[in-house]
Amino acid sequence: MSLSHDQIRRIARLARIAIAPGEADALAARLNRVLALVEELRAVDTAGIEPMAHALEVVQRLRPDEATEPDRHELYQSVAPAVQDGLYLVPKVIE
Amino acid sequence: MLNATLAELSAALAAKRTSSLELTRACLERIERLDGTLNAFITVDEARALEDARRADARRAQGDAGRLTGIPLAHKDILCTRGLPTTCGSKMLAKFVSPYDAHVIERFDAAGAVLLGKCNMDEFAMGSSSETSHFGPVRNPWDARLVPGGSSGGSATAVAARMAPAATGTDTGGSIRQPAALTGVCGLKPTYGLVSRYGLVAFASSLDQAGPIGKSAEDLALMLEVMAGFDPRDSTSVDRPQQRYSQELDLDLKSLRIGLPKEYFGEGIEPGVRRAVEEAVRWFAAQGASTVELELPNARLGVPVYYVIAPAEASSNLSRFDGVRYGHRAAEFADLIDMYCRTRAEGFGTEVKQRILVGTYVLSHGYYDAYYLQAQKVRRLIARDFDLAFKKCDLILGPTAPSTAFAIGAKTEDPVQMYLNDIFTIPAPLAGLPALSIPCGFDERGLPVGLQLTGAHFSEARLLGAAHRYQQASDWHLRVPKETPL
Repeated sequence: MSLSHDQIRRIARLARIAIAPGEADALAARLNRVLALVEELRAVDTAGIEPMAHALEVVQRLRPDEATEPDRHELYQSVAPAVQDGLYLVPKVIE
Repeated sequence: MLNATLAELSAALAAKRTSSLELTRACLERIERLDGTLNAFITVDEARALEDARRADARRAQGDAGRLTGIPLAHKDILCTRGLPTTCGSKMLAKFVSPYDAHVIERFDAAGAVLLGKCNMDEFAMGSSSETSHFGPVRNPWDARLVPGGSSGGSATAVAARMAPAATGTDTGGSIRQPAALTGVCGLKPTYGLVSRYGLVAFASSLDQAGPIGKSAEDLALMLEVMAGFDPRDSTSVDRPQQRYSQELDLDLKSLRIGLPKEYFGEGIEPGVRRAVEEAVRWFAAQGASTVELELPNARLGVPVYYVIAPAEASSNLSRFDGVRYGHRAAEFADLIDMYCRTRAEGFGTEVKQRILVGTYVLSHGYYDAYYLQAQKVRRLIARDFDLAFKKCDLILGPTAPSTAFAIGAKTEDPVQMYLNDIFTIPAPLAGLPALSIPCGFDERGLPVGLQLTGAHFSEARLLGAAHRYQQASDWHLRVPKETPL
């Protein structure tokens, strides 16, 4: 199947990526090449096959439910674009 | 000295024939001389490297040196390194300085290795040519008009051009092995779970593994001994006894059964690649190894499976780059959503955006079962083929890539042409298997050809042993690119 420009705009919205008007045609062509490549999978008979989510058949390891992390917010926020009083600053979302 | 292996350098340091400071200076001078053309490094920190070297020499003087103490190394710029930029080859992280070290960086630091710098790469490790970097393309030292492969093309080039004795890379679909093949060096992708992913910026978490790039199989073994090991901070790290890979290289080839999948010797392989790989097969047979013809009937589906699963995981992993906590933030925006959208549009390059969009699509409502779940099922079929194959053989041999290095710009227009470079390297990570690439000759244009060995889970010692025996009888791995003579 081939993606229309409307579909690509919808996906880009979900992915939070702005698409410039001049970019849409080239992007659509590339995306459709990739989707044509993966289309072959749909014809493979996988009846009764369990999906493989992980490379090794191991059970997720769990650790005791204890706080282990020290407070490093100053260090971690030192690389943020905008912080104030230990908070990350973003544009106003509630009027 | 620049063409010496890690084992030789380690012995020279131990015998005081050289010092870490002398070795580090020699590498820095060579980087200074060659990297303006090759562009293998994004960051070189001379002062830090020299400081590391002095510390290593002092440690050695106190009698506290390990095999890699004082050895200068280069690391792929996707491994978080405290105090240095960790860019992932992206505008998004161009100014990002990690507040902590990746597990791999910590391990080499503890071993006393010297950090020369951080290597260029395809943006967020998405590519097979090291052309998509925000910092410009890496050039192949065998011919600067050609790509070095990717995504760890900077690391492979640093080793091939003898700017660093060894380096780290990461491999998701072939990103260690394919550039190793295209630049004439050795590279190992370990079994999934052997090397901690802590501090490795995530691309596709069910596939990503860090591994060594070096001149010889023995060097890979020495590097892997440092890198491998349990780390509770990576939930997929496997807790198993440490192995001394460099002590297990003396493999008996007479009892070795080598699997030759007909799918790895079919159409689409360049004649020069085929000739070199078949010659290596004959060498192993002449040493008494037996060869077994195999089928991996689902391996051809590896590329389409990968280009569903890897983008799906990438679309989730890369959602963290939103301009709030770290990295690039757009200068102008109307509201919060607009800030996300503009930040990501500005910060990511074309290939990364394309993969995020493919991933978003295959995970979206109405398409999840048809694409993502179906790809996971076919992934299991591919893994089962390997399980059956390893009942009949001890390792699988074939070419690492269907062609030798190609021209810069030759495959950038059509993503599918680029993806098909990884046709032989993608199946192993899908099944979580270890695989390595070593040089096995040259094509008619004088470009290096890579030989790939793939083994069962945690069979790194056997792969390295087979490669080591081959390298004891050949010198392909010691050839220096003619454009970067010593």
